[in-house]
Order: sequence, then structure tokens, then C-alpha cells
Amino acid sequence: MRLRVTFSKKGWLIYSSHLDLMRVWERALRRAGVALAYSGGYHPRPRLQLARALPLGHVGEREPIDVWLDEPVDQREFSQSLVPVLPEGLKLRQVQEVRSGAPAMQTQVVATEYRVRVDWDQPAKTAKTRIAQMLAETEITHTRRGKRYNLRPLIERLELEDVSEERAVLHMRLSARPGASGRPEAVLDALGLGDAFARYHRTRVMLKATG
Amino acid sequence: MQVDLEKLERILPTVQKPGRYVGGEYNSVVKDWNAITTRVCLAFPDIYDLGMSNLGLMILYRILNDLPDVLAERAYLPWVDMITAMRGAGMPLYSLESKRPLGDFDIIGISLPYEQVYTNALEMLDLAGIPLRSDEREGSHPLIVAGGHATFNPEPMAAFFDGFVIGDGEEAMVELVEVYRATSGLRREARLKALAQVRGVYVPRFYRVRYAEDPSPGMGERGPIAAIEAKTPDTPLPVVKRVVRTLPPPTTRLIVPTIDVSHNRAAIEINRGCTRGCRFCQAGMAMRPVRERPVEEIIQATDTILRQTGFEEIGLLSLSPSDYSQIDTLVKRMVERFADEHLSISLPALRADSFSVTLAETIAGGRRTGFTFAPEAGSDRMRATINKSIPSRQVFDVVSEVFRRGWQTIKLYFMIGLPGEEMEDVRAIVEMVKTVHMIGRRVHGRQAQVNVSVNTFVPKPHTPFQWVGLDGSRSIRDKQALLRREIRGRGLKLDYNDPEASMLEAVLARGDRRLAEVIHQAWALGARFDAWDDQRDFGAWMRAFAKTGLDPDLYAYRQRSPDELLPWEVVSTGVRKRFLLREYERSRRREELSDCREECHACGILTAFQGESSPVWCCPEPDPEATKDR
Ligand code: SF4
Repeated sequence: MRLRVTFSKKGWLIYSSHLDLMRVWERALRRAGVALAYSGGYHPRPRLQLARALPLGHVGEREPIDVWLDEPVDQREFSQSLVPVLPEGLKLRQVQEVRSGAPAMQTQVVATEYRVRVDWDQPAKTAKTRIAQMLAETEITHTRRGKRYNLRPLIERLELEDVSEERAVLHMRLSARPGASGRPEAVLDALGLGDAFARYHRTRVMLKATG
Repeated sequence: MQVDLEKLERILPTVQKPGRYVGGEYNSVVKDWNAITTRVCLAFPDIYDLGMSNLGLMILYRILNDLPDVLAERAYLPWVDMITAMRGAGMPLYSLESKRPLGDFDIIGISLPYEQVYTNALEMLDLAGIPLRSDEREGSHPLIVAGGHATFNPEPMAAFFDGFVIGDGEEAMVELVEVYRATSGLRREARLKALAQVRGVYVPRFYRVRYAEDPSPGMGERGPIAAIEAKTPDTPLPVVKRVVRTLPPPTTRLIVPTIDVSHNRAAIEINRGCTRGCRFCQAGMAMRPVRERPVEEIIQATDTILRQTGFEEIGLLSLSPSDYSQIDTLVKRMVERFADEHLSISLPALRADSFSVTLAETIAGGRRTGFTFAPEAGSDRMRATINKSIPSRQVFDVVSEVFRRGWQTIKLYFMIGLPGEEMEDVRAIVEMVKTVHMIGRRVHGRQAQVNVSVNTFVPKPHTPFQWVGLDGSRSIRDKQALLRREIRGRGLKLDYNDPEASMLEAVLARGDRRLAEVIHQAWALGARFDAWDDQRDFGAWMRAFAKTGLDPDLYAYRQRSPDELLPWEVVSTGVRKRFLLREYERSRRREELSDCREECHACGILTAFQGESSPVWCCPEPDPEATKDR
């Protein structure tokens, strides 16, 4: 049986890396006593798959993980045994069954959505103009680890929600296809906010199947 | 008041592994700060990654948090990047649970598992804004106490701590907390006085050390110790370490880290103490008597640990697992019981006998990682000197069995610099390694791998070698050069200690109260993380010695005479000096002493803890012949 569990990762737990998170899940599921399916071999690992790595320090609001079980369980029962043993910062949002033959989630991600709160000491009007200017471009050259690429097509949406007390709240949807994946840090950088302190909330990981 | 969390949030993205500094792990305990009268912070003076696998700290954390009116939180020493960031931001060292500055606690218990953390302990106090020296602190400051293995010689750190818990901490720490609470209305001096009455607690300020009028160079104006005195008649001298009669129930609600740490697994102690009597081993001498945990208790606790933590691996902790009387039953039952739960089991190095191979095979199932043995010395005669007598023949037989059963990698532990060691003994290490490698190649061809770890022996207090000086640095370098020359090439890997690190370890292990000045100076000059090869600042230590006029060589290399009063005699482990001396003499005659599980050699433990002993202790009835030694 394959379950798709949607969860949030918040609080101090955001300082656990992607690999750490896999382990956090593995141990939580073991505490819950669910019949995890394991890979074979001398070093069996539980079968778990996260859709897309959540960078260190980012809050995840609705992150999906696929969990394979050896025995079918009732989804409600699954949640009931899991909720009390989750560590601080991890919350269950939804549990759904997925066809076991369904393609791996990593291959299905098309976009990610972010809400970013960033220090920005500009009046709302200036900020809005700056964003509009940027979106009007067809090419925004960005460099990461020595590689130059065009950031603009990766920004599917970018909106300013609010500016107050020198902080701006931005919404963005970034393309997340293989080889064409946008990072919110790059967007801030392009806005001239590369050094500003920001809090990143990934609000959605969009999969092909779910829209 | 909590530290400024907003500031912290801005610091965290700028440092490596910020998960070290945030707490919130599963099974960590956050109590209502204002509802609790006594607040204890358990501090580990090295980074989180190492401190999280310290079972002693975890045990005390549980015991204290189980008391209704006490809370216990944790702090680890931040890594250098975080220290710099915190100092830059004016943020004091805080506890992981409540994020309170350490200065807000009533008691800070610092764990001193080994000597190389001494400057780190000072760094923690300073980062917390707490005066370093006990006599600079006042009633408003927390009580600063230490526990852990290094406190068997508390003297080098005596100036910095208000008290030391010597020996098993489970009961003593609770008593200490209770006495401290009960005396809360009193002046600081009176409270410390009361603490000094807790069995196993050493409060340095109530002792005076006199030095002989020996103007030998390097000892300042003063020579070796002439007398150790208690300032008042009701102060115990020596302070006898604490022992728990039986091992308290194992801690099962272990904290589960949310980042990767070293030894990222559960742990359970299967026995405490060791009867082998290896003469170099401080733990083996100082942690007597042997107390075993029943098989049933271990199995039950493992089951509970599994359910409460979800760990996928458990380490069975022991100084010598092969000596656990029912190791065979234990391992078989563990494997049987937890096979379906995907729990792997790990054991420390086993003795080199054929039984160990079967044991390891049972634990490993089909897996074959490395197989570890610790022959400790290369030649039969050196092994007789240290009382770890396994004939080389036997090592080779076992190794060949290990290779044949599918292991391709063997790890061997040796020591150099043992008393009476000659170059030929070091050559014997080389021979042994080469023979082992050859045996491996016969079975696995070029896949055979032998990893060799050669530690420099540092003579430790409370052992039969406590009088011996560290082997000279010239000699050590020559021995290491020989090993480097000979142990190399495909399938062989060698590692050994930096001689400067060993020298520092020896100085700190063998020091007296005067060393506090050096430690303080070295820290002020920037020494910290002395156990880390890439951080150790040996130059700072040498400058500190020069400034204080003390000679490090006299601490590290001097052979001490049997009638010299040793700094650590202010503490008693229960093992008599007389017994240690006889053992030292026997070592020079290369005479072995049998495992005292079979016959008691009257080391003094049973006398020291008369009335406290229990049938679960592994000491047999003392042999009247041996007791003649008294
Ligand atoms: S009292 Fe006897 S049996 Fe017990 S540890 Fe000492 S020598 Fe061994």
C-alpha cells in the first residue's frame, strides 16, 4: 500500500536538512508502529519518497511524502497512530492512498509556490514598481555556482502581498521541472535583496496529477 | 528571560549545521520554567554532534526531569563559527530547551569525559557570562559542578568548579540537587559546606594542598606535593567515589536528534566496570566493581526504547562486552526478538577469541562491515606487561576465521609508549599487522583491508602505571616513523596521534592544582577544542606554561616515586594504592594477574564499599591468600 502524506515542517525543525528529514520521518513512522515496507538487501531502508528537497531553513506548509506499507491500513488509523509521535514542528495535513504503480513523485513536480517575508525598506509603491519592471524583462541573467542562466522563464508568478514595517511579503510560483527549477533566493537576488534577511515558506509543491 | 530569538533566527542561517543550536528534539523535555524551583543545566563541553551520544548526560537528564520540582535542560559548546557569531551579537550561551542563558539556572553540571575539554568548559562559562573561577562567583551565580570520567583527577580544574561528583552520578546528583535546594536560604559558603557532606562530592575549597620546599626548576617556588589536608575535621579525605549498588533502570526515553550526529543511535549499558585488570586502563580500575544488567531487563528496555524513539540501531555499551556473563544468550535473544523490527545491534570491540566471531556473526546477520580487535601491543611480552594476555597465535587464528567467514576489513588497535617498550616491540606491531594482512590476502586477495590505529599511551591516575611518565616525544616520533615506513601500501591504513596532543593529554591528566593557572592562561590565549587536531593551538599552551613558570615536561614525563603524594589522591576509587603498586611491580616482572571474576585479588573495592556491596556484583569471595596483601 502506498500513502501520500501531506505535512508541514515548521519551527526549529526547519534547521534539519532534507536527508535529516527522511530520518525524522523514518523514526516517527517506526514509533507509530506502522508496517513500513523495507527495501531488500543487507542494509534494508524503509521505502519513503519526498517530492522535492526543502532547503535548510525553509518552512514547508504542504509537503508531500510517499510512504510504502507492507499491510493495508485504514487512513484514519494511520493518522491516529502517527500524530502523537511526531516531533515538534512536524504536522500531518492529509493522508491519501495512491496507486502503487503511480510514477515517482519527484518526476511529477511542476512548480513550487512560496511566500517570502523579506526585510525591504522601500515604500510599497517603489517595491511594486521594481517587481513590475522585473517581470517586464524577457531575460534576467542569474549566476549560480559559476553557471549563468535566464531566471525569467522560471518565474511563473510574482506578487507583492504587503509591505509594512520595512518588511515585504511576496508570493511566487516558480517552475520546478527537471533542469528548469527556480529558487526563491534567486528571485530576491534579482530584486536586489540578495543580502536581506528573509523567511521562506514553501506553500505548495505542485504535482502533475494534482494540477 | 529567553535570549533574543529574533536575533538567533538571523544568526542561524549564517552558521554550519544550525540544527545543533535549536533543540526541539523528540523526547526533549520543556517544563514550565516558572513553576519549578530548581533548574539544572547539563552542559557538554564539546559540540552537539559529539555530546548527543553521551549516555551519562542523557541518564541524568531523565533522572532529574523525573523529579517533580526540578527541571533539567541541555547546552553544548557551539562550534567556532557559532561562538564568533554569538559573541558578535552579544548573545550568551543558552539552553536548548527554554533558550535561557545559562546564568539563569541554579545549577550547571558540566560533563568532563576526557581532559581535552577543559578549555572548552571555560569557554562555555565565559560564553554564558559566568566568572570562571569558583572564588570569583557569588550567591547570585549558578552552582558549577562537574562529573564524568576525567574527574577522577579533579585537581587541574579545582579552581573553576564549586564541586565535583566523583564516580557514578545517578544517586549523587539527585542528592546534590536536594541539598542545594534545602539550603537555599543560606550563604554560598554554607551551602557549599553542606554539599561537601554529600558522599562522593568533592568541594575543592575545603582542602589545602601544601608543596614541598623543593626549588627544583619548573615547579615555581614549590616542589612536589607535601600534604593534602582537609581544612575542617568534618570534611572527608579522601573523597570516596560513589557507586550505585545495582545499575538503575535503563533510560529508554532517549532524545532523538533531528540532525545527523556521531553515533546516531540508541544506547544501553549492559554492564559497568571490568574485571580484566588491564594495567593501562583507567576505566577498568576506576569503575569497579562490575555490575551487570540482567538479560531480561536489557531486552525489555530495548523494546521500550524502540517504541519510544524509533531508533534503527542500538549500541550495547560495555568496557568489555565479551565479559558480560551471558553475552551469548543476550545476543541470540536480541537478534531473535528484534529481527523483524529492522533493528541493528552494535557492540564495542570484542576479545580475540573464536567465540567472538560466532557472536559477531549472529549480530551482523549477512552484513559484513569492519571487524575490530584491540590486541593493544604487538609482542607477547608487552601484552604480559599490560596484563592483556592473548598469545599472538590466537590473534592470527581468530583473524583467519574472521576473514574466512566473509569479513574483508579488520581494524586493529594498538598502543605505543607503554612502560618498558623497546623498538622491537613496535616492530612486533608491524609483524602482527603484516601477518594479519597476509592472512586476509589469502582469503580475499586484494580486497583484504587492515586498518591500524596506534594510540600513544598516556599514563593515567588510579592505574598501576600512574607513577610512570609519558614516553619521550623523540622516542614516540621514532616509533611512529617506523610504523609509517612499514605499514603502508594497498590494503593497509595507519593512523596515530599527534605527539603534541598526547603530551597535552598527559599534562592535563597528571596535573595538580597549580595547573589551573596554565589552563586559564591557555584559554585566554585562544586554546579551545584541544581534542580537535585542526583546532588545537599547542603554541598557546606552551606560551601559557612559559607565562606561569611551570614546566610541562615535569608533569608529562617525570617518573614519580612510589612514596610521592599524588595530586589525585584527594580522591579514592576504592582501589588501594598498595594494590596498584603491586600491580606495577608485577608488570615490571611481566607477571600476569588473572581476571578477578574467578578469584578476587583484594584490590580494595570490597573493603571500601563494605556494607554497600550487593550479590549482583561480580566480585567473588575474597581469597584469604590474596588478602594478605592488605
Ligand atoms: S574486590 Fe576483588 S573481585 Fe572485586 S574488583 Fe577488586 S580484585 Fe576484582
